[in-house]
Amino acid sequence: MGLELPKYPEMEEDQVFNFTDSEIVSHVKQALASVLSGDNNSYNQLVGVMHHSKHLAPDEVALLETTLKALAGAVSSIDITYHDSLLSAIFCMSMWNYGPHVADALAELIVSLAISNGKYLDLCLGMLVSNFTPPPYFLDKLKMPHGLERKGQVLSRVHAAFKKIADYVPLAPLRLLTIVLQGMPTIYHKDRAIVIYVENMLKLESGEIGELVGSTILMAVVDRLIELDVEIGWDAILQDDFSKGIFEMELEDVDDIEESAEPDVGEFRLSRKSLAGNSIAELLDNLLVLTFEHLESCEREGRLAKVFETLLQSFQVTVLSAYKSKFAQFVMFYACALDPENCGMRFATMLADLFVQDSQPQPTRMSAVSYLASYLSRAKFLAASSISSMLKRLVDWCLEYCEAHDGDINPNAHRVFYSGCQAIMYVLCFRMKVFVDVPRLKSELLIPLEQVLKHKLNPLKVCLPSVVEEFLRQAKAASLFTVCKTFIFDGLLESELSRAFGGLERLDTFFPFDPCLLKKCDSFIRPMFVFWSMVKPTHDDAFDDDDDDDGSSDDYLVQDFVNENEDIMNDEFGKSFDEQGVDMDDFDYALKKMSITPKATSNYKFGGRFQEPARMPSRIRPSTSPESL
Amino acid sequence: MEGLSVADANLVMYLHPSKSRNVSQSILRELGSLLFKFNETFDGVLLAYDVNILDKQAKILSGVHPYFGLRLKANLLLFSPKPDMLLEGKVVKLSQESIHVIVLGFSSAIITAENIRGEFKYRTKDKEELFASKSHKRHVIKVGTMIRFLVKSFDEEILHIIGSLISAHTGSIRWLDRHLEEDSEFDRSSMKSRDREWLGDKTVDEGATPMSYDNHIKMSKKRRITE
Repeated sequence: MGLELPKYPEMEEDQVFNFTDSEIVSHVKQALASVLSGDNNSYNQLVGVMHHSKHLAPDEVALLETTLKALAGAVSSIDITYHDSLLSAIFCMSMWNYGPHVADALAELIVSLAISNGKYLDLCLGMLVSNFTPPPYFLDKLKMPHGLERKGQVLSRVHAAFKKIADYVPLAPLRLLTIVLQGMPTIYHKDRAIVIYVENMLKLESGEIGELVGSTILMAVVDRLIELDVEIGWDAILQDDFSKGIFEMELEDVDDIEESAEPDVGEFRLSRKSLAGNSIAELLDNLLVLTFEHLESCEREGRLAKVFETLLQSFQVTVLSAYKSKFAQFVMFYACALDPENCGMRFATMLADLFVQDSQPQPTRMSAVSYLASYLSRAKFLAASSISSMLKRLVDWCLEYCEAHDGDINPNAHRVFYSGCQAIMYVLCFRMKVFVDVPRLKSELLIPLEQVLKHKLNPLKVCLPSVVEEFLRQAKAASLFTVCKTFIFDGLLESELSRAFGGLERLDTFFPFDPCLLKKCDSFIRPMFVFWSMVKPTHDDAFDDDDDDDGSSDDYLVQDFVNENEDIMNDEFGKSFDEQGVDMDDFDYALKKMSITPKATSNYKFGGRFQEPARMPSRIRPSTSPESL
Repeated sequence: MEGLSVADANLVMYLHPSKSRNVSQSILRELGSLLFKFNETFDGVLLAYDVNILDKQAKILSGVHPYFGLRLKANLLLFSPKPDMLLEGKVVKLSQESIHVIVLGFSSAIITAENIRGEFKYRTKDKEELFASKSHKRHVIKVGTMIRFLVKSFDEEILHIIGSLISAHTGSIRWLDRHLEEDSEFDRSSMKSRDREWLGDKTVDEGATPMSYDNHIKMSKKRRITE
């Protein structure tokens, strides 16, 4: 259709197949050489074949394939100046437009070109990297089976080409790294190309040249996650009413609430609802899911420990220093969940190390301990021994600090100390049961803690009132110790003193591992996450579950992330989950049915003296609020 | 093999104040960032270094950021191939059009068909591609052979060498060395023995650290050229 076939010598239709490869190659070489003498005809025909890419008839496809193969054999005759139109035509070709045979031939040509001359290396690598993303018209087709097939076909060839080039040009991976990083789509690209681009980056990390480029690529991915994270404003998430405390019901499942007719619900701006339309949130969600899946495959291949080291470094450099990162830190959470003994402990230890190091800047130390507190409270996969050893470290540090500083209450001067105390109290709110039931822990941990809390520096007055209140309530109910002064907080979330120690950054209200508000992510995180309603506060004997036959209302986890260790708390909950096989539908139904006032019950006695199966506390109110600010 | 040299360098390195906590690590990191890149000042590619701090006191530059300058003394292993030098490398790919070679494990070289002397004919034997000499039956070049070739040009950015096998003193090293008696122009014994023996090892991994090259050189003194 308007395309002139290059005039191969004596070509008749039935003689096309009689030419040997070398004859075709030499013909192409001739065409290329003739340009130098001024005769451009056969050369222009060659270029024409390259440009013809849409709606190819079968014989045109065959011609393209033959031409590409011939060019691969003739790369030494290609000159960068004389044949620039041919070269630009080749570098503009997208493998996504063609079938497997042409894609093969094109990949072969690119590899030959790359290794033939240093001048072409960057251009060839650039061409391959641009094939990470399909042309715009193809993006919508990606979800369909045909699109997926084409995607697999193209990407496998692209990555195989990288390996081949690296075999012959050992320094190619270094240059590839630069090109990949420079080519990363920005988060403002409308066509969402970044998701498939990151998929390719992760594929590189796990591929054969992964050892050389892997760690830099991972760090670049985390950087991009933080960039997206930072774009989501806190105002998209913050609730209107600040008077709701942190330990009010958490936003565990909001899908149903949107349709619910409950009048109370409308008052509060539900964060997940407002995030629903947010396209940046959706993008971040998709990227986080990609990262989670990548971590899973690393774990299967046994590489997780090594990858984790890179993630740790990246966390310290990027995530920790970002101002109140919202969701990107869940990458660490998930990685720890996949390997609790090594990675899980490594993360906690790193955070604790940062906290106790005097040489670190204050905001870093305070951030680190906030991360640690939230992590220890929320990680369902952590053993009680790990949590207690971390807590002991914090308590010991605080005690040492108290003994070294003899001053009075002063939020500004002792910010790190107060954030440490708050962290301890926060973790104990979640994990109090564990320590109550083990006498040894009680003496080791709680006696020094009592000393810290009763010190002149008065952390109970300075730390966030809602945390202190909950902690004291639980401590009293568990008969751990009592404080002489009573603290009246009026259910306040924060106070002037807490604001003072929190500083401008408000690190007093930073709980980084609060329930993830990104929907897809959350489904990954949920099985290994401790929600506040799962915690049986020691003072809650006024809680009930709904009617026994409905039983399932309290338990909402579809799968229980089975923890192998003898963690008391987990065992108890494990039991109750088994007994009340839960179903998401039942839960939704129960949510609608929920009563407002709690019913009195005598089913559960504090201390577990009665071996009744543990019941989960029911929700008090249907209206929920995000747990943290 | 030509092109390798050890240089003594007096360097002054300027470090940002934030690096003052761990100076030795910063020095190593800075020098490390120069590895496997062509450096104009050194006129060569830095392969390995050994560095000593001359003076514990450093001068602080005045300015917005008070960088401080450290005086160092370093031994540098440099690679700077120039045209008409003889280099040695391992063949990794062979086709009728070209021979692809890797030199010192990191630098890629290509010898195109027009730069291969007529003596060598491309043949396929038992599905293996090779170049065999018409006049000397034993002189064969195939994938895995260590060959000696002449440098035509060197791309400093990509460290890519364009080579030639036109000269009579180029070809498979094993064959050439066995026929030394016939060759009087090039005095093999004058070449540094440690360089030759080092190249006889398997290609060094890409991931090798700089210091391991030095160790390699010391360790490999006893090894013979293998193919």
